[in-house]
Amino acid sequence: MSVSNSFKDAWNYAKSLLIGLGVTGKNFVKPTITVIYPWQQVDNLSTYRGHVELIPKDDDPFTPRCVACGACADACPSRCLSVVAPPKTPKPKADAPAAALVEGRVIPKTEKAAAPEKSRAPVQFFLDYSLCSLCGQCERVCPAKSLRFSNNVYLIGHSREDFRIDLLARMRSQADGKSAPSRPRTPESAPVPETEKEPA
Amino acid sequence: MRDQTAAAAAPTPPVDMSFWGDSYAARFEPDPSGERMIVNMGPQHPSTHGVLRVLLELDGEYIVRAEPVLGYIHRMHEWMAENRTYAQFIPNMGRVDYLHALAWNWAYVGAVERLTGMEVPERAEYIRVITCELNRISSHLLWWGAYLLDLGAFTPIMYAFDDRERILDILQMVTGSRLTYSSFTFGGVSMDLPPQFIPKTREFIATLRSRLPMYKDLVTDNGILRGRCEGIGILDLDTARRYGATGPCLRGSGQAYDVRRAEPYSIYDRFEYRIPTESACDAMARYYVRLSEIDESLSIVEQAMDSIPEGPIQGKGPRKIRPPKGEACFAVEGARGKIMVMVQSDGGPMPYRVKLRAPGFSNLSLFAELAQGTLVSDAVSILGSLDLVIPEIDR
Repeated sequence: MSVSNSFKDAWNYAKSLLIGLGVTGKNFVKPTITVIYPWQQVDNLSTYRGHVELIPKDDDPFTPRCVACGACADACPSRCLSVVAPPKTPKPKADAPAAALVEGRVIPKTEKAAAPEKSRAPVQFFLDYSLCSLCGQCERVCPAKSLRFSNNVYLIGHSREDFRIDLLARMRSQADGKSAPSRPRTPESAPVPETEKEPA
Repeated sequence: MRDQTAAAAAPTPPVDMSFWGDSYAARFEPDPSGERMIVNMGPQHPSTHGVLRVLLELDGEYIVRAEPVLGYIHRMHEWMAENRTYAQFIPNMGRVDYLHALAWNWAYVGAVERLTGMEVPERAEYIRVITCELNRISSHLLWWGAYLLDLGAFTPIMYAFDDRERILDILQMVTGSRLTYSSFTFGGVSMDLPPQFIPKTREFIATLRSRLPMYKDLVTDNGILRGRCEGIGILDLDTARRYGATGPCLRGSGQAYDVRRAEPYSIYDRFEYRIPTESACDAMARYYVRLSEIDESLSIVEQAMDSIPEGPIQGKGPRKIRPPKGEACFAVEGARGKIMVMVQSDGGPMPYRVKLRAPGFSNLSLFAELAQGTLVSDAVSILGSLDLVIPEIDR
């Protein structure tokens, strides 16, 4: 390599350096574009797909549209939903949850054909968000259009239990105008989803 | 007595190689003269974008032999497909190649649609084209930043991420997620374009177009970058063909092969766009191809937004897919090359077999040959210029 060539190279590198510094300098004086989270929040969450939540009936904000058919639990690739249907014979309202707990289970596939009578709201509806991959299969298959994605992006937990979300309680507390409890109030009432079950 | 003679006649037992690591390393025998050295690059190395391990046999700073070791993030995607229904496999597709997830979405959904003979409405096709091209731009921008990071330039990735975040904002509007999309459905897409989508995208296109000259000044014309890329990793067309390289790696070697043009799918035949090629065959050629592709993708998005019709976004089809017996292939052009999905059905609710053809795998196989005889620092440049996404290679 001749001397003139190495001078040319050195000049080129120096020029690149100056141009680079120029670009950096221009951006240095521009306003910050980063959203600094705890003090600022993003405003584009309207179509964000957070975890699913239950949609209440139009006339009753405390009852979900859900008919506890179990199609969502069946369609979920990671089996993160567990739905407990009310007992088949209608009981007095007071002891319905207790009775449901005795008979409570994830509805097996075969029992879906037996069409339930009207207004069969589930007694329990749990989402294990730690397994969910937000694919939206549950939302798509729901015959009652009772599921939608929430915009809940600021979800913090300290254990796996914190991500077992009681969707019914969440919906009711939304109707009350309070924020949803992040963990089930009575842990023993939360059924463990049968994730180990083999696909049918 | 007899035992002793047998022991004396037997050849000396092989040297215990266990301290060299695993079976891969054992295939690299240490040089008896002690001049060559065996070095592991990875599985965690700043320039390997994931968990790729490259075994290098070095003579001084020159590479005598390089062997990529795969499988560190093998997740059995193909096996998982055989154990869940057709629709349940869609979220997996967002996780094969997390940088161009929509192309994988499209390849799988397209294969199943082809198998079942489903029709996709016009508007859904346009939404697929727009989102897929935006995703391609975001993938190329991330490659651009990460490649320069490999070469030691830290600042450019900040600019790349600035623009990429804008794309993710736009894609979040229509897919609901920012990285692992699973927004395509059999026979359509899951969400329609929100009203603010088109104005926002036009604004972004103008912004990115105004930023591209800055990218050129800052990086492309930079003498140091050119020194690291020009004449490095010469990939001639024959080698590229032998290894089945596709995408910018092949187009950087002068072959204008693009699945969108060669095997037209969807509505790509309605748009006018160039297939950028370079004849220099080196890392710089692949760099140029990717930057030109950003331009072309912007133009496709613009054309698609100009002509998008109104209408439904979901075609008619059964809620539970049960394709007839048979098999179908669908290929799309991903940011890294030809993505192909083969779906075989036995008439049941779950696929009998799904084969994923990842472009990164073929492109990575080139590396062993390209890196031979180069400096270690050039090998980093070559590895970066192939634009590897390891989860896609391992699947």
